[in-house]
Amino acid sequence: MSNADIYHEMIVDYSRNPINYGKIEDHDVTFHDSNPLCGDSIDIDMKIDNDKISDIKFHGKGCAICMACSSVLTEIAKGKNIDEVRNISKNDVLGELGLEHLQAVRIKCALLSLKVLKSALYSYLGKHLKNSDDVDKLKEEAASLY
Amino acid sequence: MQSAQTSFENIRKDFPILERTVRENKALVYLDNASTTQKPNQVIDAINDYYRNHNANIHRAVYALAEEATELYEGTRDKVANFINIKNRNEIIFVRGTTEAINLVAYAWGRKHVKEGDIIVTTEYEHHSNIVPWQLLTQEKGARLEYIGMDDNGELILDDLDKYLATGKVKLVTFSQMSNVLGTISDAETIISKCKAAGVLTLIDGAQAVPHMKVDVEKLGCDFFAFSGHKMLGPTGIGILWTRKSILETMNPFHGGGDMIREVHKYETTWNDLPYKFEAGTPNIADVVGLGAAIDYLSKIGMDNIREHEIDLTSYAIEKLANVKGLHIYGTKDISKRGGVISFNFADVHPHDVAQIIDEEGIAVRSGHHCAQVLMERLNVAATSRASFYIYNTKEEIDKLINSLNKVAKVFKL
Repeated sequence: MSNADIYHEMIVDYSRNPINYGKIEDHDVTFHDSNPLCGDSIDIDMKIDNDKISDIKFHGKGCAICMACSSVLTEIAKGKNIDEVRNISKNDVLGELGLEHLQAVRIKCALLSLKVLKSALYSYLGKHLKNSDDVDKLKEEAASLY
Repeated sequence: MQSAQTSFENIRKDFPILERTVRENKALVYLDNASTTQKPNQVIDAINDYYRNHNANIHRAVYALAEEATELYEGTRDKVANFINIKNRNEIIFVRGTTEAINLVAYAWGRKHVKEGDIIVTTEYEHHSNIVPWQLLTQEKGARLEYIGMDDNGELILDDLDKYLATGKVKLVTFSQMSNVLGTISDAETIISKCKAAGVLTLIDGAQAVPHMKVDVEKLGCDFFAFSGHKMLGPTGIGILWTRKSILETMNPFHGGGDMIREVHKYETTWNDLPYKFEAGTPNIADVVGLGAAIDYLSKIGMDNIREHEIDLTSYAIEKLANVKGLHIYGTKDISKRGGVISFNFADVHPHDVAQIIDEEGIAVRSGHHCAQVLMERLNVAATSRASFYIYNTKEEIDKLINSLNKVAKVFKL
Protein backbone atom coordinates (compact mmCIF):
# COMPACT_ATOMS: atom_id res chain seq x y z
CA MET A 1 0.00 0.00 0.00
CA SER A 2 1.35 3.37 -0.95
CA ASN A 3 1.30 5.88 1.87
CA ALA A 4 -0.94 8.27 -0.07
CA ASP A 5 -3.57 5.52 -0.41
CA ILE A 6 -4.63 6.24 3.14
CA TYR A 7 -6.47 9.27 1.76
CA HIS A 8 -9.50 7.31 0.62
CA GLU A 9 -13.03 8.64 0.35
CA MET A 10 -14.01 7.94 3.96
CA ILE A 11 -11.03 9.79 5.45
CA VAL A 12 -11.51 12.82 3.24
CA ASP A 13 -15.27 12.87 3.93
CA TYR A 14 -14.82 12.59 7.69
CA SER A 15 -12.21 15.33 7.67
CA ARG A 16 -14.57 17.63 5.76
CA ASN A 17 -17.68 16.68 7.74
CA PRO A 18 -16.60 15.39 11.12
CA ILE A 19 -19.16 13.48 13.21
CA ASN A 20 -19.81 14.48 16.84
CA TYR A 21 -17.89 17.70 16.33
CA GLY A 22 -18.55 20.47 18.85
CA LYS A 23 -18.80 21.10 22.57
CA ILE A 24 -21.05 19.86 25.38
CA GLU A 25 -21.59 22.83 27.67
CA ASP A 26 -22.87 20.80 30.67
CA HIS A 27 -20.29 17.99 30.30
CA ASP A 28 -19.41 15.73 33.21
CA VAL A 29 -15.82 15.53 32.08
CA THR A 30 -13.63 17.29 29.54
CA PHE A 31 -10.03 16.71 28.55
CA HIS A 32 -7.51 18.40 26.27
CA ASP A 33 -4.27 17.19 24.76
CA SER A 34 -2.06 18.10 21.85
CA ASN A 35 0.68 16.53 19.82
CA PRO A 36 3.86 18.52 20.51
CA LEU A 37 5.43 17.45 17.23
CA CYS A 38 2.77 18.77 14.90
CA GLY A 39 0.50 21.00 16.96
CA ASP A 40 -2.64 18.89 16.47
CA SER A 41 -4.95 19.70 19.35
CA ILE A 42 -8.10 17.85 20.50
CA ASP A 43 -10.66 18.41 23.27
CA ILE A 44 -13.26 15.79 24.18
CA ASP A 45 -16.38 16.53 26.27
CA MET A 46 -18.54 13.71 27.69
CA LYS A 47 -21.85 13.32 29.50
CA ILE A 48 -21.83 10.23 31.69
CA ASP A 49 -25.11 8.83 33.07
CA ASN A 50 -25.23 5.60 35.09
CA ASP A 51 -21.69 4.67 33.96
CA LYS A 52 -22.71 5.11 30.35
CA ILE A 53 -21.36 7.63 27.80
CA SER A 54 -24.67 9.26 27.00
CA ASP A 55 -23.10 11.97 24.85
CA ILE A 56 -19.64 12.72 23.49
CA LYS A 57 -18.29 15.52 21.31
CA PHE A 58 -14.82 16.58 20.20
CA HIS A 59 -13.33 19.79 18.86
CA GLY A 60 -9.93 21.05 17.89
CA LYS A 61 -7.53 21.26 14.99
CA GLY A 62 -5.88 18.41 13.23
CA CYS A 63 -5.00 16.75 9.96
CA ALA A 64 -7.45 14.58 7.98
CA ILE A 65 -6.21 11.42 9.74
CA CYS A 66 -6.67 13.00 13.17
CA MET A 67 -10.16 14.33 12.37
CA ALA A 68 -11.37 11.10 10.76
CA CYS A 69 -10.14 8.98 13.67
CA SER A 70 -11.74 11.36 16.19
CA SER A 71 -15.07 11.03 14.38
CA VAL A 72 -14.88 7.25 14.28
CA LEU A 73 -13.78 7.00 17.90
CA THR A 74 -16.62 9.15 19.20
CA GLU A 75 -19.05 7.07 17.15
CA ILE A 76 -17.66 3.89 18.73
CA ALA A 77 -17.78 5.29 22.26
CA LYS A 78 -21.21 6.89 22.21
CA GLY A 79 -23.79 4.86 24.17
CA LYS A 80 -21.21 2.41 25.54
CA ASN A 81 -20.59 1.92 29.24
CA ILE A 82 -17.36 2.99 30.89
CA ASP A 83 -15.77 -0.47 30.99
CA GLU A 84 -16.41 -1.01 27.31
CA VAL A 85 -14.82 2.33 26.48
CA ARG A 86 -11.82 1.48 28.66
CA ASN A 87 -11.31 -1.54 26.46
CA ILE A 88 -11.37 0.25 23.12
CA SER A 89 -8.05 -0.59 21.46
CA LYS A 90 -6.12 1.34 18.86
CA ASN A 91 -6.96 -1.26 16.25
CA ASP A 92 -10.68 -0.71 16.88
CA VAL A 93 -10.16 2.82 15.61
CA LEU A 94 -7.53 2.15 12.93
CA GLY A 95 -9.41 -0.90 11.60
CA GLU A 96 -12.57 1.08 11.06
CA LEU A 97 -10.70 3.29 8.58
CA GLY A 98 -8.35 0.71 7.08
CA LEU A 99 -5.36 2.37 8.73
CA GLU A 100 -3.84 -0.73 10.42
CA HIS A 101 -0.57 -0.21 8.53
CA LEU A 102 -0.28 3.53 9.03
CA GLN A 103 3.36 4.62 9.07
CA ALA A 104 4.91 5.36 12.45
CA VAL A 105 5.14 9.13 12.01
CA ARG A 106 1.38 9.42 11.47
CA ILE A 107 0.20 6.99 14.15
CA LYS A 108 0.17 9.77 16.76
CA CYS A 109 -2.17 11.77 14.52
CA ALA A 110 -4.55 8.81 14.40
CA LEU A 111 -4.46 8.04 18.11
CA LEU A 112 -4.45 11.50 19.68
CA SER A 113 -8.21 11.43 20.24
CA LEU A 114 -8.05 7.94 21.76
CA LYS A 115 -5.45 9.22 24.19
CA VAL A 116 -7.68 12.19 25.04
CA LEU A 117 -10.75 9.97 25.46
CA LYS A 118 -8.97 7.56 27.80
CA SER A 119 -7.39 10.42 29.75
CA ALA A 120 -10.84 12.00 30.12
CA LEU A 121 -12.21 8.72 31.39
CA TYR A 122 -9.35 8.24 33.85
CA SER A 123 -9.78 11.74 35.18
CA TYR A 124 -13.52 11.06 35.63
CA LEU A 125 -12.89 7.70 37.28
CA GLY A 126 -10.10 9.14 39.42
CA LYS A 127 -12.60 11.48 41.00
CA HIS A 128 -15.16 8.73 41.60
CA LEU A 129 -13.03 5.71 42.53
CA LYS A 130 -12.78 4.96 46.24
CA ASN A 131 -10.59 1.85 46.26
CA SER A 132 -6.86 2.66 45.97
CA ASP A 133 -6.11 -0.64 44.17
CA ASP A 134 -8.44 0.45 41.42
CA VAL A 135 -6.68 3.81 41.23
CA ASP A 136 -3.29 2.10 40.87
CA LYS A 137 -4.67 -0.17 38.16
CA LEU A 138 -6.03 2.89 36.41
CA LYS A 139 -2.66 4.66 36.53
CA GLU A 140 -0.97 1.61 35.09
CA GLU A 141 -3.52 1.41 32.31
CA ALA A 142 -3.05 5.12 31.54
CA ALA A 143 0.73 4.73 31.43
CA SER A 144 0.56 1.94 28.85
CA LEU A 145 -1.83 3.67 26.49
CA TYR A 146 0.39 3.39 23.40
CA MET B 1 26.24 36.08 -14.24
CA GLN B 2 26.76 33.37 -16.86
CA SER B 3 29.55 31.77 -14.83
CA ALA B 4 27.49 31.71 -11.63
CA GLN B 5 24.61 30.10 -13.53
CA THR B 6 26.90 27.36 -14.83
CA SER B 7 28.39 26.71 -11.42
CA PHE B 8 24.93 26.27 -9.88
CA GLU B 9 24.19 23.55 -12.42
CA ASN B 10 27.36 21.75 -11.44
CA ILE B 11 26.74 22.07 -7.73
CA ARG B 12 24.28 19.16 -7.59
CA LYS B 13 27.08 16.74 -8.54
CA ASP B 14 28.78 17.52 -5.23
CA PHE B 15 25.82 16.23 -3.21
CA PRO B 16 25.64 12.42 -3.29
CA ILE B 17 22.24 12.29 -1.58
CA LEU B 18 20.63 14.19 -4.46
CA GLU B 19 21.31 11.17 -6.70
CA ARG B 20 19.07 8.85 -4.73
CA THR B 21 15.43 8.13 -5.28
CA VAL B 22 12.70 7.92 -2.67
CA ARG B 23 9.32 6.15 -2.37
CA GLU B 24 8.44 4.60 -5.73
CA ASN B 25 11.55 5.50 -7.69
CA LYS B 26 10.95 9.23 -7.48
CA ALA B 27 13.87 11.66 -7.68
CA LEU B 28 14.40 13.36 -4.34
CA VAL B 29 13.25 16.99 -4.33
CA TYR B 30 14.65 18.28 -1.07
CA LEU B 31 12.89 21.50 -0.01
CA ASP B 32 13.43 21.47 3.76
CA ASN B 33 16.62 23.49 3.87
CA ALA B 34 15.47 25.86 6.61
CA SER B 35 15.44 22.77 8.80
CA THR B 36 18.76 21.29 7.74
CA THR B 37 20.77 21.18 4.53
CA GLN B 38 22.36 18.32 2.64
CA LYS B 39 26.13 17.86 2.72
CA PRO B 40 28.57 18.06 -0.21
CA ASN B 41 31.35 15.51 -0.72
CA GLN B 42 33.84 18.16 0.37
CA VAL B 43 32.32 18.25 3.89
CA ILE B 44 31.80 14.49 4.16
CA ASP B 45 35.38 13.90 2.98
CA ALA B 46 36.84 16.43 5.43
CA ILE B 47 35.22 14.63 8.37
CA ASN B 48 36.27 11.26 6.98
CA ASP B 49 39.84 12.48 6.46
CA TYR B 50 39.98 13.87 9.96
CA TYR B 51 39.06 10.52 11.52
CA ARG B 52 41.23 8.50 9.14
CA ASN B 53 44.34 10.62 9.33
CA HIS B 54 44.42 13.26 12.05
CA ASN B 55 42.27 12.18 15.00
CA ALA B 56 43.67 13.17 18.40
CA ASN B 57 42.59 15.34 21.29
CA ILE B 58 43.42 19.00 20.89
CA HIS B 59 45.32 21.66 22.82
CA ARG B 60 47.22 19.44 25.30
CA ALA B 61 49.43 16.74 23.84
CA VAL B 62 52.70 17.56 22.08
CA TYR B 63 52.81 14.75 19.53
CA ALA B 64 52.30 15.24 15.78
CA LEU B 65 48.67 14.09 15.52
CA ALA B 66 47.55 16.36 18.35
CA GLU B 67 49.26 19.27 16.67
CA GLU B 68 47.47 18.55 13.37
CA ALA B 69 44.10 18.15 15.07
CA THR B 70 44.61 21.42 16.95
CA GLU B 71 45.54 23.23 13.74
CA LEU B 72 42.46 21.91 11.95
CA TYR B 73 40.20 22.86 14.87
CA GLU B 74 41.66 26.32 15.36
CA GLY B 75 41.82 26.80 11.59
CA THR B 76 38.03 26.69 11.47
CA ARG B 77 37.88 29.44 14.10
CA ASP B 78 39.85 31.64 11.71
CA LYS B 79 37.57 30.66 8.83
CA VAL B 80 34.50 31.62 10.87
CA ALA B 81 36.09 34.95 11.79
CA ASN B 82 36.80 35.67 8.15
CA PHE B 83 33.41 34.40 6.91
CA ILE B 84 31.22 36.68 9.04
CA ASN B 85 33.84 39.39 9.64
CA ILE B 86 34.86 39.13 13.27
CA LYS B 87 38.04 40.96 14.17
CA ASN B 88 38.97 39.00 17.29
CA ARG B 89 39.01 35.21 16.73
CA ASN B 90 39.07 34.63 20.49
CA GLU B 91 35.52 35.92 20.76
CA ILE B 92 34.26 32.91 18.77
CA ILE B 93 32.96 30.01 20.85
CA PHE B 94 32.18 26.59 19.41
CA VAL B 95 28.86 25.23 20.68
CA ARG B 96 26.45 22.50 19.55
CA GLY B 97 24.23 24.86 17.61
CA THR B 98 22.16 28.03 17.79
CA THR B 99 20.01 26.60 20.57
CA GLU B 100 23.01 25.97 22.79
CA ALA B 101 24.48 29.37 21.90
CA ILE B 102 21.35 31.20 23.06
CA ASN B 103 21.08 29.05 26.18
CA LEU B 104 24.70 29.85 26.94
CA VAL B 105 23.93 33.57 26.81
CA ALA B 106 20.76 33.18 28.90
CA TYR B 107 22.67 31.18 31.48
CA ALA B 108 26.13 32.70 31.66
CA TRP B 109 25.27 36.32 30.83
CA GLY B 110 21.60 36.43 31.88
CA ARG B 111 22.00 34.91 35.30
CA LYS B 112 24.76 37.36 36.09
CA HIS B 113 23.20 40.56 34.76
CA VAL B 114 19.39 40.23 34.63
CA LYS B 115 17.55 41.25 37.78
CA GLU B 116 14.00 41.52 39.08
CA GLY B 117 11.93 43.98 37.06
CA ASP B 118 14.27 43.94 34.03
CA ILE B 119 12.86 43.33 30.55
CA ILE B 120 14.11 41.00 27.82
CA VAL B 121 12.58 41.75 24.41
CA THR B 122 12.13 39.11 21.71
CA THR B 123 9.79 38.97 18.68
CA GLU B 124 6.62 37.20 17.63
CA TYR B 125 8.39 35.35 14.83
CA GLU B 126 11.13 33.69 16.86
CA HIS B 127 12.00 30.01 16.88
CA HIS B 128 11.32 28.38 20.25
CA SER B 129 15.09 28.44 20.86
CA ASN B 130 14.93 32.23 21.12
CA ILE B 131 11.87 32.24 23.39
CA VAL B 132 12.11 29.38 25.87
CA PRO B 133 15.60 30.19 27.30
CA TRP B 134 14.33 33.73 28.00
CA GLN B 135 11.13 32.44 29.61
CA LEU B 136 13.27 30.29 31.91
CA LEU B 137 15.56 33.20 32.76
CA THR B 138 12.86 35.83 33.32
CA GLN B 139 10.77 33.45 35.41
CA GLU B 140 13.77 32.63 37.58
CA LYS B 141 14.72 36.30 38.04
CA GLY B 142 11.26 37.84 38.32
CA ALA B 143 12.02 39.74 35.12
CA ARG B 144 9.65 40.24 32.16
CA LEU B 145 9.64 38.90 28.62
CA GLU B 146 8.07 41.16 25.99
CA TYR B 147 7.45 40.70 22.27
CA ILE B 148 7.95 42.96 19.29
CA GLY B 149 4.74 42.31 17.33
CA MET B 150 4.47 41.36 13.67
CA ASP B 151 2.21 43.03 11.10
CA ASP B 152 0.05 41.16 8.57
CA ASN B 153 2.85 41.41 6.05
CA GLY B 154 5.09 39.36 8.30
CA GLU B 155 7.30 42.31 9.28
CA LEU B 156 8.22 43.46 12.78
CA ILE B 157 6.39 46.44 14.28
CA LEU B 158 9.34 48.49 15.50
CA ASP B 159 7.10 50.96 17.37
CA ASP B 160 6.76 48.15 19.92
CA LEU B 161 10.52 48.22 20.41
CA ASP B 162 10.46 52.00 21.02
CA LYS B 163 7.75 51.49 23.63
CA TYR B 164 9.79 48.93 25.58
CA LEU B 165 13.07 50.82 25.26
CA ALA B 166 11.35 53.92 26.68
CA THR B 167 10.80 52.08 29.98
CA GLY B 168 14.55 52.11 30.60
CA LYS B 169 14.29 48.56 31.92
CA VAL B 170 15.31 46.58 28.84
CA LYS B 171 18.53 44.58 29.27
CA LEU B 172 18.57 42.71 25.96
CA VAL B 173 16.77 42.68 22.62
CA THR B 174 17.03 39.32 20.87
CA PHE B 175 15.76 38.61 17.35
CA SER B 176 16.31 36.39 14.35
CA GLN B 177 17.94 37.97 11.34
CA MET B 178 15.65 35.87 9.14
CA SER B 179 12.39 34.17 10.20
CA ASN B 180 12.52 30.37 9.81
CA VAL B 181 8.81 30.31 8.89
CA LEU B 182 8.15 33.44 6.83
CA GLY B 183 11.64 34.11 5.55
CA THR B 184 11.26 37.76 6.60
CA ILE B 185 14.63 39.48 6.82
CA SER B 186 14.63 41.62 9.95
CA ASP B 187 15.67 45.26 9.77
CA ALA B 188 18.67 44.51 11.99
CA GLU B 189 20.31 47.84 11.27
CA THR B 190 17.38 49.86 12.65
CA ILE B 191 16.82 47.57 15.63
CA ILE B 192 20.48 47.69 16.63
CA SER B 193 20.81 51.45 16.22
CA LYS B 194 17.71 52.01 18.39
CA CYS B 195 19.13 49.65 21.03
CA LYS B 196 22.56 51.26 20.93
CA ALA B 197 21.02 54.68 21.45
CA ALA B 198 19.26 53.27 24.51
CA GLY B 199 22.37 51.48 25.78
CA VAL B 200 20.73 48.07 25.36
CA LEU B 201 22.52 44.89 24.23
CA THR B 202 21.38 42.94 21.15
CA LEU B 203 21.50 39.26 20.26
CA ILE B 204 21.03 38.08 16.68
CA ASP B 205 19.89 34.54 15.88
CA GLY B 206 21.64 34.17 12.55
CA ALA B 207 20.70 30.51 11.97
CA GLN B 208 18.63 31.28 8.86
CA ALA B 209 20.64 34.26 7.62
CA VAL B 210 24.28 33.12 7.66
CA PRO B 211 23.72 30.19 5.23
CA HIS B 212 21.89 32.34 2.70
CA MET B 213 23.37 35.85 2.56
CA LYS B 214 26.53 37.82 3.25
CA VAL B 215 26.63 38.59 6.98
CA ASP B 216 29.04 41.13 8.43
CA VAL B 217 28.94 40.98 12.22
CA GLU B 218 31.34 43.87 12.66
CA LYS B 219 29.14 46.11 10.51
CA LEU B 220 25.93 44.93 12.19
CA GLY B 221 27.27 46.06 15.56
CA CYS B 222 25.27 43.59 17.64
CA ASP B 223 26.64 42.18 20.92
CA PHE B 224 25.85 38.46 20.58
CA PHE B 225 25.57 36.47 17.34
CA ALA B 226 24.59 32.79 17.02
CA PHE B 227 24.30 30.33 14.14
CA SER B 228 24.41 26.61 13.30
CA GLY B 229 26.66 24.62 10.98
CA HIS B 230 24.12 22.08 9.76
CA LYS B 231 21.94 24.68 8.03
CA MET B 232 24.89 25.75 5.87
CA LEU B 233 26.11 22.41 4.43
CA GLY B 234 28.06 21.58 7.60
CA PRO B 235 27.54 18.66 9.97
CA THR B 236 24.99 18.55 12.79
CA GLY B 237 26.13 19.23 16.34
CA ILE B 238 28.31 22.25 15.68
CA GLY B 239 27.45 25.94 15.93
CA ILE B 240 28.91 29.29 16.81
CA LEU B 241 28.38 31.88 19.49
CA TRP B 242 30.17 35.16 19.02
CA THR B 243 30.20 37.74 21.82
CA ARG B 244 32.20 40.89 22.38
CA LYS B 245 35.26 40.32 24.57
CA SER B 246 34.22 43.10 26.96
CA ILE B 247 30.95 41.23 27.59
CA LEU B 248 32.46 37.72 27.62
CA GLU B 249 34.80 38.86 30.37
CA THR B 250 31.86 39.73 32.62
CA MET B 251 30.16 36.33 32.12
CA ASN B 252 30.28 33.29 34.33
CA PRO B 253 31.39 30.01 32.71
CA PHE B 254 28.61 27.87 31.21
CA HIS B 255 29.97 24.38 31.83
CA GLY B 256 32.74 23.45 34.22
CA GLY B 257 35.38 20.88 33.29
CA GLY B 258 38.56 20.31 31.34
CA ASP B 259 40.03 22.87 28.93
CA MET B 260 38.09 25.76 30.47
CA ILE B 261 40.35 26.14 33.50
CA ARG B 262 43.66 27.80 34.22
CA GLU B 263 44.31 26.20 37.61
CA VAL B 264 42.12 23.88 39.63
CA HIS B 265 42.60 23.53 43.36
CA LYS B 266 40.45 21.60 45.76
CA TYR B 267 37.98 24.41 46.47
CA GLU B 268 38.69 27.04 43.85
CA THR B 269 39.49 27.36 40.19
CA THR B 270 40.75 30.10 37.93
CA TRP B 271 39.38 30.26 34.40
CA ASN B 272 41.20 29.80 31.14
CA ASP B 273 41.50 32.63 28.60
CA LEU B 274 38.81 33.30 26.02
CA PRO B 275 37.33 31.46 24.22
CA TYR B 276 38.38 28.33 26.12
CA LYS B 277 36.66 29.44 29.32
CA PHE B 278 33.43 28.62 27.45
CA GLU B 279 34.55 25.41 25.73
CA ALA B 280 34.63 22.85 28.55
CA GLY B 281 35.46 19.25 27.77
CA THR B 282 36.71 17.65 24.56
CA PRO B 283 34.87 19.56 21.84
CA ASN B 284 33.24 18.26 18.68
CA ILE B 285 36.53 18.39 16.77
CA ALA B 286 35.52 16.40 13.69
CA ASP B 287 32.43 18.48 13.07
CA VAL B 288 34.37 21.71 13.57
CA VAL B 289 36.64 20.45 10.77
CA GLY B 290 33.52 19.67 8.71
CA LEU B 291 32.19 23.18 9.33
CA GLY B 292 35.50 24.57 8.07
CA ALA B 293 35.02 22.65 4.82
CA ALA B 294 31.45 23.96 4.50
CA ILE B 295 32.67 27.54 4.92
CA ASP B 296 35.32 26.96 2.22
CA TYR B 297 32.65 25.55 -0.09
CA LEU B 298 30.23 28.46 0.41
CA SER B 299 33.02 31.04 0.15
CA LYS B 300 34.10 29.60 -3.18
CA ILE B 301 30.59 30.06 -4.60
CA GLY B 302 30.23 33.45 -2.97
CA MET B 303 27.43 34.46 -0.60
CA ASP B 304 26.17 37.19 -2.94
CA ASN B 305 25.78 34.61 -5.73
CA ILE B 306 23.91 32.31 -3.34
CA ARG B 307 21.53 35.11 -2.36
CA GLU B 308 20.97 35.91 -6.03
CA HIS B 309 20.24 32.26 -6.86
CA GLU B 310 17.73 32.06 -4.02
CA ILE B 311 16.04 35.32 -5.00
CA ASP B 312 15.64 33.85 -8.47
CA LEU B 313 14.15 30.58 -7.13
CA THR B 314 11.93 32.27 -4.55
CA SER B 315 10.46 34.80 -7.00
CA TYR B 316 9.73 31.95 -9.39
CA ALA B 317 8.14 29.82 -6.66
CA ILE B 318 6.00 32.66 -5.28
CA GLU B 319 4.73 33.46 -8.78
CA LYS B 320 3.86 29.80 -9.49
CA LEU B 321 2.33 29.12 -6.06
CA ALA B 322 0.23 32.28 -6.23
CA ASN B 323 -1.45 30.79 -9.32
CA VAL B 324 -2.52 27.62 -7.49
CA LYS B 325 -6.20 28.10 -6.67
CA GLY B 326 -6.86 28.07 -2.91
CA LEU B 327 -3.21 28.39 -1.94
CA HIS B 328 -2.29 31.08 0.59
CA ILE B 329 1.30 32.27 1.04
CA TYR B 330 2.27 33.87 4.36
CA GLY B 331 4.62 36.81 4.70
CA THR B 332 5.79 39.61 2.47
CA LYS B 333 5.83 39.36 -1.33
CA ASP B 334 8.70 41.87 -1.40
CA ILE B 335 11.60 39.65 -2.36
CA SER B 336 14.19 42.12 -1.07
CA LYS B 337 12.80 41.54 2.43
CA ARG B 338 12.58 37.75 2.38
CA GLY B 339 14.86 34.77 2.05
CA GLY B 340 14.19 31.46 0.30
CA VAL B 341 11.53 30.27 2.74
CA ILE B 342 7.85 30.00 1.74
CA SER B 343 5.17 28.99 4.22
CA PHE B 344 1.74 28.27 2.81
CA ASN B 345 -1.60 26.66 3.40
CA PHE B 346 -3.61 24.93 0.71
CA ALA B 347 -7.37 25.52 1.07
CA ASP B 348 -8.62 23.63 4.14
CA VAL B 349 -6.19 20.74 3.76
CA HIS B 350 -4.01 20.23 6.83
CA PRO B 351 -0.26 20.71 6.12
CA HIS B 352 0.47 17.14 7.30
CA ASP B 353 -1.86 15.78 4.67
CA VAL B 354 -0.30 18.02 2.00
CA ALA B 355 3.19 16.88 3.00
CA GLN B 356 2.25 13.22 3.00
CA ILE B 357 0.60 13.27 -0.41
CA ILE B 358 3.45 15.15 -2.10
CA ASP B 359 6.01 12.92 -0.36
CA GLU B 360 4.77 10.18 -2.68
CA GLU B 361 6.19 12.29 -5.52
CA GLY B 362 9.55 12.49 -3.76
CA ILE B 363 9.02 16.02 -2.51
CA ALA B 364 10.31 16.80 0.98
CA VAL B 365 8.66 19.85 2.55
CA ARG B 366 8.16 20.52 6.21
CA SER B 367 4.71 20.63 7.77
CA GLY B 368 3.83 21.68 11.28
CA HIS B 369 4.49 24.63 13.56
CA HIS B 370 8.22 24.83 12.70
CA CYS B 371 9.11 25.36 16.39
CA ALA B 372 7.36 28.73 16.19
CA GLN B 373 4.06 28.28 18.00
CA VAL B 374 3.93 31.93 19.09
CA LEU B 375 3.98 32.84 15.39
CA MET B 376 1.36 30.16 14.55
CA GLU B 377 -0.91 31.76 17.17
CA ARG B 378 -0.30 35.18 15.64
CA LEU B 379 -1.19 33.82 12.18
CA ASN B 380 -4.15 31.99 13.75
CA VAL B 381 -3.21 28.65 12.19
CA ALA B 382 -2.26 25.31 13.74
CA ALA B 383 0.42 24.67 11.18
CA THR B 384 1.75 25.54 7.73
CA SER B 385 3.54 23.74 4.93
CA ARG B 386 6.98 25.15 4.26
CA ALA B 387 9.24 24.90 1.23
CA SER B 388 12.74 26.28 1.70
CA PHE B 389 15.48 26.45 -0.90
CA TYR B 390 19.24 26.24 -1.12
CA ILE B 391 22.05 26.37 -3.63
CA TYR B 392 21.28 22.95 -5.19
CA ASN B 393 17.58 23.55 -5.84
CA THR B 394 16.30 24.24 -9.34
CA LYS B 395 13.24 25.71 -11.06
CA GLU B 396 12.42 22.23 -12.36
CA GLU B 397 12.07 21.11 -8.75
CA ILE B 398 9.67 23.97 -8.06
CA ASP B 399 7.63 22.83 -11.08
CA LYS B 400 7.50 19.35 -9.53
CA LEU B 401 6.24 20.86 -6.28
CA ILE B 402 3.48 22.70 -8.16
CA ASN B 403 2.50 19.54 -10.04
CA SER B 404 2.37 17.50 -6.86
CA LEU B 405 -0.06 20.02 -5.38
CA ASN B 406 -2.48 19.08 -8.17
CA LYS B 407 -2.55 15.60 -6.69
CA VAL B 408 -3.49 17.08 -3.30
CA ALA B 409 -6.28 19.04 -4.98
CA LYS B 410 -7.53 15.83 -6.60
CA VAL B 411 -7.51 13.75 -3.41
CA PHE B 412 -9.24 16.47 -1.41
CA LYS B 413 -11.58 17.42 -4.26
CA LEU B 414 -10.54 21.08 -4.23
